[in-house]
Amino acid sequence: MATQAITRRKLNEHEQKISKNGLTFHEDILANGHAGLQTNGRVQFSEEKTRAEPVKSRSKESFERIPFITAVLTHLGFYILMFLGFINQLLFTPKVAQEYNREGYAPLYENFDTFYLRYVYRRVRDCWNRPICSVPGATVTLKDRITKDYGWTFQFTGTTSECINLGSYNYLGFAEANGKCADQSIETLKKFGCANCSSRLELGNMPIHEELEQLTARFLGVEDAIVFGMGFATNALNLPSLVSKGCLVLSDEKNHASLILGLRLSGATVRVFKHNNVKHLEKCLKTAIVFGQSGTGEPWKKIVIIVEGVYSMEGSIVHLPEILQLKKKYKAYLYLDEAHSTGALGEHGRGVCDYYKIDPREVDILMGTFTKSFGSAGGYIAGTKTLINHLRIHSHAHTYAAAMSPPIAQQIITSMKIISGEDGTDDGKRRTKQLARNTRYFRRRLNQIGVIIYGNEDSPVVPMLVYLFSKIGAVVRTLTTYNIAAVGVGFPATPLMEGRIRFCLSAAHTKQQLDYVLLHIERLADSLGLRYSRKIRDPMPIEYYSDGETE
Amino acid sequence: MSTKFLFIEPMNILSIIPQYHILLEAFLIMWLTWFISKRYYSRDRMLTEDQVEKKLAEWNPEPLINNPQMNHISLNPRRIMSRAEKNAIAAIRKYGVGSCGPRGFYGTVDVHLELEERLANYTDTEEAVVYSYGFSTISSAIAAYCKRRDLVFVDEQVNFAIQKGLDASKTNIIYFKHNDANDLQNLLVKQAKIDEQNPKKATKIKRFLIIEGIYMNTGNICPLPELVALCRQYKLRIFIDESISFGTLGKYGKGITEHFGVPKQEIDMIMGSLDWAMGSIGGFCVGTSFIIEHQRLSGLGYCFSASLPPLLTTAAITSLDIMKNNPQIFKSLRDNCIAINEGLQNIHCLECSSFPESPVKHVYLKNKKDRAAEEQLLSKISNRCIENNLAIITPVYLEAEKNLPRPSLRLCISTLLNKSDIDFAVNVLKKCAEEVLSV
Repeated sequence: MATQAITRRKLNEHEQKISKNGLTFHEDILANGHAGLQTNGRVQFSEEKTRAEPVKSRSKESFERIPFITAVLTHLGFYILMFLGFINQLLFTPKVAQEYNREGYAPLYENFDTFYLRYVYRRVRDCWNRPICSVPGATVTLKDRITKDYGWTFQFTGTTSECINLGSYNYLGFAEANGKCADQSIETLKKFGCANCSSRLELGNMPIHEELEQLTARFLGVEDAIVFGMGFATNALNLPSLVSKGCLVLSDEKNHASLILGLRLSGATVRVFKHNNVKHLEKCLKTAIVFGQSGTGEPWKKIVIIVEGVYSMEGSIVHLPEILQLKKKYKAYLYLDEAHSTGALGEHGRGVCDYYKIDPREVDILMGTFTKSFGSAGGYIAGTKTLINHLRIHSHAHTYAAAMSPPIAQQIITSMKIISGEDGTDDGKRRTKQLARNTRYFRRRLNQIGVIIYGNEDSPVVPMLVYLFSKIGAVVRTLTTYNIAAVGVGFPATPLMEGRIRFCLSAAHTKQQLDYVLLHIERLADSLGLRYSRKIRDPMPIEYYSDGETE
Repeated sequence: MSTKFLFIEPMNILSIIPQYHILLEAFLIMWLTWFISKRYYSRDRMLTEDQVEKKLAEWNPEPLINNPQMNHISLNPRRIMSRAEKNAIAAIRKYGVGSCGPRGFYGTVDVHLELEERLANYTDTEEAVVYSYGFSTISSAIAAYCKRRDLVFVDEQVNFAIQKGLDASKTNIIYFKHNDANDLQNLLVKQAKIDEQNPKKATKIKRFLIIEGIYMNTGNICPLPELVALCRQYKLRIFIDESISFGTLGKYGKGITEHFGVPKQEIDMIMGSLDWAMGSIGGFCVGTSFIIEHQRLSGLGYCFSASLPPLLTTAAITSLDIMKNNPQIFKSLRDNCIAINEGLQNIHCLECSSFPESPVKHVYLKNKKDRAAEEQLLSKISNRCIENNLAIITPVYLEAEKNLPRPSLRLCISTLLNKSDIDFAVNVLKKCAEEVLSV
């Protein structure tokens, strides 16, 4: 027994040497004095090293390391931006609203926050909060606006422009103004009105909610489910009734703000493990169980691991099989947030469990939202009957917040029936397949262009790294001039060095649309210098249908 | 020679530098070694592999869910019915059902901007911000301003959303007695004395007062003019939750400030809900641009959540139009509230201390009993009323409430009720209450 453990530890040490962030790590390949190359799957590696990483789920994932020069330039660029902002602040008075009648009060905002907002964020403010005036489908109509004072204020020009939509979370293309979903929602709206003005525990409960809950449970393959009117609130208002003081929560470092807020409200102890890093998670679990609560050393009441299915900023898919093994080994519980994966992943569109062919009942708490794949709003929690009954009594949202609006619920019911094929058509199957094809094609083409993209080959969220703060603005603006709507994300939402452009693919996109987008990305990559990747590029033209057909 | 010299050189240095220096450095090195070794050894290496295995085997966590309890579901109709369905249908035809993205990432639909502008106009403020869920509005807005070192004065009976907002902000909270301006003044005086000891630090502490217009848990109205005067004197910023009072109080339904005639500039932020009076879903905050703009990047529920579905936004716009064009609905609502209040005063076994014009009324048992007995009796009355076609409920509270409110029956009064409805309601309630309590 003891010797076995020692060998395992040696193995661990060995693995730690060759792996970082759960990825295969190559001996540094020194190229022109740059830092080494970190990748997997794409480049051939020797026999020994593959043995250390036997599990399939990681082989499709890639997090290429930032080139050293780029890292230096990014830092430099950011400091120049800050410095210019500082000079700007000294010379010009800001054109913003001031607080009046509040002399002698302590200032409401931190100095740095206001500085950052006014002199750094303001320069790229036009890249966010763009108003739209149409369905956020495969294309979206933006209301054009201009700024005459460098981002302090915006004016509408009265014109609109139709853009290819790579910004909305419309994975399965259910954001539609016509068709079955919209028609049935309108019927429900006529029958039950917009809202019922009460919480579920008081008068808010309607047959349509119960129908939706049963359907969700059936769709996910678990015993029961409960639904809420807002996805964010599903996390923020239910975690406090699941964990409490004396419980330990191991949370992935890239978890969404709603999970972090929920944990803060719950009072449980939170420890963060490295993104998708199973080794680090195991270490944390072991330490937690062996040493118990900090201070007293008492054992923890329970340990809950919180992960997301698809990470919205990283594009990675959770390493579910390994985490499930750990969970069983260390008797922990697993909370899986499928906000971006439900509907969008797996052969039948049923999320991460479907993707890995795992029985969903093995996950203790399944959470997801209806905003993304279902083109509606709200969220659910699914699991065993005992779990859901507990939430029906103790959930903050169920007790105090307004119940879900009937037409919103109807949209989910209709779209979920289409995805699962319960409506008798193969429309759902077609959509999931189309999304998978689009994803593969788009990601492979980007790799071929030579830009760095993060995450798993099968994830419909595609973050393209541009690193420099000013490049985020440049890329988003240039793409808009070519009628392409994409999202830029920078500090503080991402680490300082990792500014990125995020593309969200949809089943509604056609190959022509994607080709058009890729053409302009390629031109941009040349003009702005985005070809950071040093992976070996596939010289062969990439076929659109090849993967979908074979699998 | 040279080797010897090299060897002796460091010794010479030792003799040159003062003794205490050597001692100090030796001590530092020892402390560092101890510190590092403590970190290393105390963790993994003190335990043998066997012990680790044993600990792992012994580890026995609690079940995820502890024993479930039974609870009851009751019925309760709310106020103004929405006539906004036609516009909502048009919105589905134009925008689809969901918005498929947060406000920052192509989730800002033009109707959101329209609703924000109209809300700001209607409440005579500079700016409004719309959230997609009433509960999250209040908890996000509070957490966006109140930070760890700040001081927040809060009424002890505030609703659960405010309590959660305060929990999220981890700020220093001081509760004052429900609706008691004198108690608040005492606390402020006490705080002023503490501040005198360290005036420099005191000027940096932000202070807030958080109250509700009409309290959801009691139906009482806050004494706003007195509170505002205190806020000005002691330099507190004032946030009001108008979930109940917006759209119900005042001549034009503009809420508590209109009712008391307090100028809008005196109030820093008003939070409200679209759930109740507006017949839609969601929430909003209004105030000066200086305050509200901050939430567009710091309000968690605003930044990280999908935006309000366009159809519900359109419904809210339509409700706002109705409220603007038909101010008589506020008068009829007020008349209904007063009529019910008079009716309730005639039921002798129950008492109602809620504000007469409040559309939310809490009715308590006249004779105080212990909590469980009161709950049981009230739910019996509620069930009996429902059997007799009157939907009155006992509000449900979680045990996580800061101060669990006294069990009550809650009446929500709608502008649509007419005189015969009111008479019917009061008579049925009286009959049922007397029947239950006489047993």
